[in-house]
Amino acid sequence: MSNSSDGRMQLSLGPVLYNWAPDRWRDFYFAIADEAPVDVVAVGEIVCSKRSPFFDDHLPAVIERLRSAGKQVLLGSLILVSQRRERRQTEELAAVTDMLIEVNDLTCLRALAGRRHAIGPFVNIYSESAAAFHAAQGAARICLPPELPLSSVAAIAAGVPDVAIEVFAFGRVPLAISARCYHARVHKLAKDNCRFVCDKDPDGLALKTLEQQDFLTINGVQTLSYTCTNLLGDAGRLRDAGVASLRLSPQACDMVAVAKVFRGVLDGRDDAEGGNRSLAALYPNVPFSNGFLHGSAGVSYLS
Amino acid sequence: MELICPAGTPAALKSAIEAGADAIYCGFNDETNARNFPGLNFSRDEMRRGIALAHRSGAKVLVAINTFPRAGGVDLWHRAVDDAVSAGADALILADIGLMDYAARRHPNQRLHVSVQAAAANPDAIAFYVEAFGARRVVLPRVLSVPEIAEITREAACETEVFVFGGLCVMAEGRCSLSSYATGKSPNMQGVCSPASHVVYQQTPQGTNSRLGGFTINRFGPDEPAGYPTLCKGRFSTELGTGYIFEDPVSLDATTLLKGLRDAGVTALKIEGRQRGRAYVDSVVRHFRGALDALAGGREADIASLKPFTEGQASTVGAYRKTWK
Amino acid sequence: MWSMSDPSAARSGSLPVIPPLLAVAMRPLPLLPLQLILSGVLQRILQRNPAIFDRLGEHSRARFGIEPTDLPFSFVVEASPPRLGVVHVLPRDLDARIRTSLASLLALLEGKVDGDALMFSRDLVIEGNVEAILALRNAIDDAQLDLVEELSSLFGPLGRPARRALAMARERVLGASHRHGGF
Repeated sequence: MSNSSDGRMQLSLGPVLYNWAPDRWRDFYFAIADEAPVDVVAVGEIVCSKRSPFFDDHLPAVIERLRSAGKQVLLGSLILVSQRRERRQTEELAAVTDMLIEVNDLTCLRALAGRRHAIGPFVNIYSESAAAFHAAQGAARICLPPELPLSSVAAIAAGVPDVAIEVFAFGRVPLAISARCYHARVHKLAKDNCRFVCDKDPDGLALKTLEQQDFLTINGVQTLSYTCTNLLGDAGRLRDAGVASLRLSPQACDMVAVAKVFRGVLDGRDDAEGGNRSLAALYPNVPFSNGFLHGSAGVSYLS
Repeated sequence: MELICPAGTPAALKSAIEAGADAIYCGFNDETNARNFPGLNFSRDEMRRGIALAHRSGAKVLVAINTFPRAGGVDLWHRAVDDAVSAGADALILADIGLMDYAARRHPNQRLHVSVQAAAANPDAIAFYVEAFGARRVVLPRVLSVPEIAEITREAACETEVFVFGGLCVMAEGRCSLSSYATGKSPNMQGVCSPASHVVYQQTPQGTNSRLGGFTINRFGPDEPAGYPTLCKGRFSTELGTGYIFEDPVSLDATTLLKGLRDAGVTALKIEGRQRGRAYVDSVVRHFRGALDALAGGREADIASLKPFTEGQASTVGAYRKTWK
Repeated sequence: MWSMSDPSAARSGSLPVIPPLLAVAMRPLPLLPLQLILSGVLQRILQRNPAIFDRLGEHSRARFGIEPTDLPFSFVVEASPPRLGVVHVLPRDLDARIRTSLASLLALLEGKVDGDALMFSRDLVIEGNVEAILALRNAIDDAQLDLVEELSSLFGPLGRPARRALAMARERVLGASHRHGGF
């Protein structure tokens, strides 16, 4: 199940978290299917249930294209499920049997228990005992919560050797989810009449401190870091810790190139320093961070 | 409806009992509970004596072990569960799935409550906890409106408990890493949010700057009411303007919604604030005791203001009435 | 000895302050007698609550400066060894400083007011090691101090009349607050 046995780390692509125009969204995945050296791709709108209908039309074609290209496709569940409509969407996911569902909230676990599934980074798995519980329920892949330090990652990976452990390795890191929409709030709109203003910010809306220090990113009901997680320099330590896969989270930059940089470093064709220079050029003006992995403030970057 | 009251110290537990609490929730003085603040919480001995005192007075004690066990160090959390059970806890309030699994197997007769930190926000998630661990009650997240609470309670496979006063998480509880992003310490892992160890207050001629982990998260004028230095209630700026982007510094006060919550079938009402002093516990518990007694007697409640105890000297009914929906 | 400003002039929920004129009149007073009384009170408190400072934990060596905003002198508090000093001006090398009115300070010591509430209303200002201040606040709140009891016990055979006088003074200092939602 885990690919760590042959020592080759997988790359996975997380779902697009932002509200991209449907055509751009489709074309993005077509490019990933055709060109990106990633093994696994998670798709589906997981942030805001109101956005889902925009992508529904394109979803079958995207899944088909990714599968034809040999990618394993995961279908992600909503991060926060409270409305009746959201429960229904989540129930419908459980009816999908020809793909692994990536569980982002325990709501769908009851329906999936006993069936193979994946767990996304929004489910709280902080220890080997929580991971073991999920493994017993059928979790075959677990993308760990981004705030875990390396020591926890290692202990969890050792505790569930049959589960492919994945770590959030590139992209602005999701920090919080809310019932309230902050895009609507800053635009002085009600959530029910939001006019989907989050589509104005395909890479999120930057939030600064009163002293104009870059700090966070708003994406509708979700809050992410301003900094971009980059664990390229930590890849060796992660492999030693038993991590099977690194997750790249789509930003509004050339993600095919980002995936190639990661693959190049993982395969030893480039060193981390050169890879970091390439990433900085591909996603300019956004500082890197990896503090969570080092047990420090998530915003920090320790080389 | 049961009134569930906070206690950060044995003295506060006593105050809560005297003020009319039906149950008190509290935790051990370590990282196993989500109010792991300096000088707060109960030693093993204090917990035993606190539970004995409460039981003599006809009150229950619910022990919160509601952080997520650290990988490689789960023994600390297992010991907390074992010790709370042997101290006579009436229920354990747990958030982690691994810890619930442990408690349900090791102590099958112990009553388990699902902490708000588990963020069980709908009947399907609640049913999962009931079926997997025999959970008897779920503390609902503060993201729901009263009609939503009613709907969930109707469908829920166990009792529901909701917050009626105090600090208000703006984000889904137990799923927020804002604090650790800025400070390295999080509610889920260390049991602290925006920890005091990383807070600096700077007095300037323009007023007080509150800084967290090197970020200025608010600036208060000299006489402007203040709140906790939590990130989600800070002032920030975007290209669309500057101000309270996530939430103003306010506290929840659902005094006016008690009837609606009762009619919704809610079993228990919870007051936030294990970090607060005896004066808070005494006043807020008396206030809600009076309001609940009035409700039970069909009388009009004497709604005294709890404003001095609220963040920013302001209160909100929060998501219970979704004005921003 | 304690006078009260016009309560109607105070902000809602605030405790009364010592009028500035009275504070000026107190400035030249020698501090030694006060120092002796306070040291005695601290000894009494420690006798009754030997574990009071346990809650300070890693902050047991912290030095706290307490500056009543309406008095011409301040206090320096240390837990180990226990010491309560009176000074005209606070030293610079303190770990934490707390500024509030005398009435708020007394109410805090007796657990009659919530420290966070005083922060929210800006009646309490803190600087320095915030964590140490929280630990001290929680230690004191748990100790259930009764200052009238502690002070009057110093008066030996005169304890009973002293207790009555002190209780009256406390009521005058804290009186206004009791009318504001049970502070």
